[in-house]
Amino acid sequence: MILTKEQQALLDGAQGETMAKVVKTLVMYGEAFGAERMVPVTSKYGHTVISFGIGVMKPVYELYDQLLAAGAVSKQPFSADPRPLDKNIPSSFLQDVVFKFMYSQQDRYEDQLRKLGLMDDNAYTCACYLPQAGNVPQRGEVLSWAESSAVVYANSVLGARCNRNSGIIELMGSIAGFVPEFGLLTDDGRKADWVVELRTSRLPDAQLLGSAVGMKVMEKVPYVKGLDKWLGTELTEDACAYLKDFGAAAASNGSVGLYHIDHLTPEAVDAGESLVRENAPVYVVDDAELARIKNGYPCIWKDLNATPKLCFMGCPHMTLSQLKDWTVRVEEGLAAAGNKKVVIPTVFTTAPGVAKEFRQTEYAARLEATGVVLSTICPLMYMNNPLSKKMPVITSSNKLRTYTSARFYSDEEILAKITREGK
Amino acid sequence: MSKTFQGRVVTPGETTAPALVSHGGFNTLASYQMALMFGDKQVKCGDQNNPDLYKKPMIGKALCLPETIGSTTGGMVLYTACAMGKQPACLLFSKPIDSLAASGAILAANWTDASMPVVDSLGEEFLQYVQDGMTVTVGPEGRVTVE
Repeated sequence: MILTKEQQALLDGAQGETMAKVVKTLVMYGEAFGAERMVPVTSKYGHTVISFGIGVMKPVYELYDQLLAAGAVSKQPFSADPRPLDKNIPSSFLQDVVFKFMYSQQDRYEDQLRKLGLMDDNAYTCACYLPQAGNVPQRGEVLSWAESSAVVYANSVLGARCNRNSGIIELMGSIAGFVPEFGLLTDDGRKADWVVELRTSRLPDAQLLGSAVGMKVMEKVPYVKGLDKWLGTELTEDACAYLKDFGAAAASNGSVGLYHIDHLTPEAVDAGESLVRENAPVYVVDDAELARIKNGYPCIWKDLNATPKLCFMGCPHMTLSQLKDWTVRVEEGLAAAGNKKVVIPTVFTTAPGVAKEFRQTEYAARLEATGVVLSTICPLMYMNNPLSKKMPVITSSNKLRTYTSARFYSDEEILAKITREGK
Repeated sequence: MSKTFQGRVVTPGETTAPALVSHGGFNTLASYQMALMFGDKQVKCGDQNNPDLYKKPMIGKALCLPETIGSTTGGMVLYTACAMGKQPACLLFSKPIDSLAASGAILAANWTDASMPVVDSLGEEFLQYVQDGMTVTVGPEGRVTVE
């Protein structure tokens, strides 16, 4: 890798041993992928995936202490993934004890984040790219982000450029102010390796389609044809919400960092099918294929017929339009079933900025009246302990399904369960 | 009978260990989170979506895999496992390494004392040949012998 004089000086220790190790880490990271140079991080804000003060992650906090002691802080303010705890979420006494034990380092870690450059105390969301969250990169900007769902959205829907960086590495890129140029930062790396042809009878569940695509193409870039028939050719709020969930599922069920949607996402609109590599394989998705994918999900509940004790919606965090839409859907579902409140305790999660704006609308009181709890936590963090793992929790998030014992149902199935069936 | 495969060194080192094979993508967060969080000494794989590895001990094994998948906490998780001495003996990839696994390996090499050689690009035949329990030796310059 060819470094500039300034970068070489940093590597040689001009700003101390710790900064030299930061740069060495980035150089090795780039060399693993054949990067020939570093490029400046050009976005206004960064984003870190690590937001949870789990006691066992002591090595991470010690590393961050080293960075702070050396004055190696982020050159750009950054947002962070959601906090892990919220006292409004239904939990047992035992769970509360476990949470307290698990997240014993939360205050210490949040203090570290503030010192390293966190945007503000409300900057905790996985959907940092939502307008209300205030971290919306521009097309072509180079990012040093981590959080699989945020990276795939920034690359695909916003046209920014970011690799699927890991936690810690993303912070090091923001500290150095530069990242190695490879993969999704290059024109060639953004070409499509797969064509996905959609032949379904209706708009597929975003979380299910994303899962199917992710499991098929893994880390490759898919070019999806046929989705514009259902989503249109404008990036409306509804289309963006759909793509948020589609991308999160593709990123967690596979490792997709970028997708193109024919006639819809910015690079596909500009370049069309010229983005597709020669002889790219084709994956046909029809109703039968989606059913096959859904039926193949394992469920690790001990009692497969257990009555769900909790339902989580909003992984990744819901948009304002999704919150409004779901308020209406829950109201209508309850009315049709003759119920006043949801029959399974249900939590909708969203970004703090979105929650604030939502609470200023008439929908907030209406949602509250249905019994649904609005929260800004990370459901994944709630689920990551043996007690929650044993709980029969349901979700329509394919990301939450992948990482926890939560059982996946489609949006329609979830609506029926929380408003009518209760099981 | 043994067979030798040639790969590329991502982080250096030599070791011999029993093989543990994942034919599908290895989800680092899903595999490690419960074991690390609750002090499982055997570091059993917690990823219910990985039938090859689910509930199998991973510590000290030669982890043979195509690539890692899933959350971008992956590298941080691998780094934490290494810092806690709960890492596999080595990581052996049939494909070119992905960005999350590379991050974890490089963070561990630079910021911990752990030894975890990582070799990638061993080829599809490597994953077809190696089976759980076989003895795997990582030699110099990315040479991996399976017997």
